Amino acid sequence: MSEDQNVQNTAPKGAIGRFLAMPADSLPKTLFVAVTLCLIASMIVSAVAVALRPMQEVNKLKDKQVNILQVAGVYDPNVDVVEAFAAFEPHVLELETGEFTDQFDAKTFDDRAAADDPATSVALTDDPAGIARKSKFVTVYLLRDDAGAIDKVILPIHGYGLWSTLYGFIALEENGNDIYGLQFYSHAETPGLGAEVDNPRWKALWRDKKLADEDGLLQITVAKAAPAAGAEFHVDALAGATLTSRGVDNLVKFWMGEAGFAPFLTNLKAGEI
Amino acid sequence: MAQTKRELLVDPMVDNNPITLQVLGICSALAVTSSLQVAFVMSIAVTLVTAFSSMFISMIRNQIPSSIRIIVQMVIIASLVIMVDQVLKAYAFEISKTLSVFVGLIITNCIVMGRAEAFAMKNPPVASFLDGVGNGLGYGLILMMVGVIRELFGAGTLFGVTILETVNNGGWYVPNGMLLLPPSAFFIIGLIIWAFRTIKPEQVEEREYKIQTVEAH
Repeated sequence: MSEDQNVQNTAPKGAIGRFLAMPADSLPKTLFVAVTLCLIASMIVSAVAVALRPMQEVNKLKDKQVNILQVAGVYDPNVDVVEAFAAFEPHVLELETGEFTDQFDAKTFDDRAAADDPATSVALTDDPAGIARKSKFVTVYLLRDDAGAIDKVILPIHGYGLWSTLYGFIALEENGNDIYGLQFYSHAETPGLGAEVDNPRWKALWRDKKLADEDGLLQITVAKAAPAAGAEFHVDALAGATLTSRGVDNLVKFWMGEAGFAPFLTNLKAGEI
Repeated sequence: MAQTKRELLVDPMVDNNPITLQVLGICSALAVTSSLQVAFVMSIAVTLVTAFSSMFISMIRNQIPSSIRIIVQMVIIASLVIMVDQVLKAYAFEISKTLSVFVGLIITNCIVMGRAEAFAMKNPPVASFLDGVGNGLGYGLILMMVGVIRELFGAGTLFGVTILETVNNGGWYVPNGMLLLPPSAFFIIGLIIWAFRTIKPEQVEEREYKIQTVEAH
C-alpha cells in the first residue's frame, strides 16, 4: 500500500477524479447518469428496431398476401405464398370514378399511408364505418381465370368495431354482386366474442350472399334475427358480439355503397374494367 | 446472502408468489389469460424482462441517484420491453398480432417494477437475475393455471386444440362466455389465492384492524 494511493483516496485529483468521488445523489452525477442511460438505451432500442425491420416488413406483407389468397379461396399452405400471389393483378383504384389509375405503382402503393395524407384522402363527415379519413385511392386485386376473363375481385375494407379498427378484404364474383368471401387480417376485438369474426364457420356464412337486389339497392346486412324474406342478403350476427357485428355491418355497407366501391362495381357490371 | 440460489428461483413459485402473495401484476393477468398460447408467450416475455431488467439495474445500482431511481428503472425496463416486442414482430408475427398491446403494458407491470425496487436495488446482479427469473416463472405459473381454466371452459380448447367440441362448431359443449371476459380472471385468481392460503396458512395476512368487543350497557 503506497502513500500515493492513500492521498488519492482522500483528495481525488483532476476533473474526472473529482467527478467520480461525488456522491451518487449530487446534481452533476444525477444529470450524468440520466443522460448516459438515455443515450445508451435509445441507441440499443433503435439498433434493434432497425436491424429487425426488414424481417417485420416481410412478415406483414406475407400476412396480407396470405389473407388475400384465403379470401379468394386459393390458399394452399404447401405452395409458396409469393408464387401463389403472382396470379393476382394489383391495381390502384380511384374510388370516385371507379377506374384504375396509373398515377401510382400498384406494387408499392400503401393504402394506409394514403389515407393519412391530405393530398390523397378526404375527411369524412358522414362516417358510419368510423374511419375519420378515407383514401381516394385504394389497391384492389383481380384474379383472372385461364381464359383471361375476370374471375374474382378482392377489395380492401376497414372500419371500427368495438375496440379496434378491423382491416380486411371482401372477395366478389365477376358479376360484382355475389360475395365469395370476407375476412379480416388485423383487428383487436375480444377473443372468443368479437374476435369470432375469424371463425371459419362465421366467415363461411358470407359465401354466395348478394350485395344488392335486382333494383340495385344495397341490401346486405349483418343482423341478429334472420328476416322473413331476403335471406340471400342476410348474414347472422356474432353471438355475444353485438358491437363488433354492428361495426362489420356498417363498414360493409359503407364500402359497398356510393362512398366506397359502388362506382367501381357499376363499371365492373358494365364490363368496362 | 441469506437466500441460496435455489431458494431465489423456487420461492416465488408458491411461497412468495408475485400474484397470490404479493398481489402484483393482476392487471395483465386479467388481460392475457383468455387463451393459453397468449398467456404462455406473455409469461416468457415477462420472465425475460424481469430477469434482465433486475440484472441491469443491479449492475448499476450503486450509481443510480435515489432522486431519479424510478425513472432510471423505467428506462431500462421500457427498453427491454420494446426489444421483446420487436423480436416478437420479427420472429413470431402471428402471436405478436394478438399480443403487441399487452407486451407494451409489461412496462407498467407491477412485478417488474416491484422486483427492481425491492430486490435489484439492494442485491448483486446474479442474485437479482435469478430473483427475476423466479418471479417471472411464479407469474407464469398462475397465468397458466388461470389460462387453462378460462380457455378450456370458455372456448373448449387448450392451446387452440379442441378438447370440448362447442355448440358453435357442431358439438355438445355450451361454452361459458363470461370466462372469456376479463372479470372472470378476478374470480379465478381469488379462488387460487384462497386455495394457496388454505394450504399454507402462514401466507394469511394479519388483520390491520382489531374487532373490539363493546360491553352492553
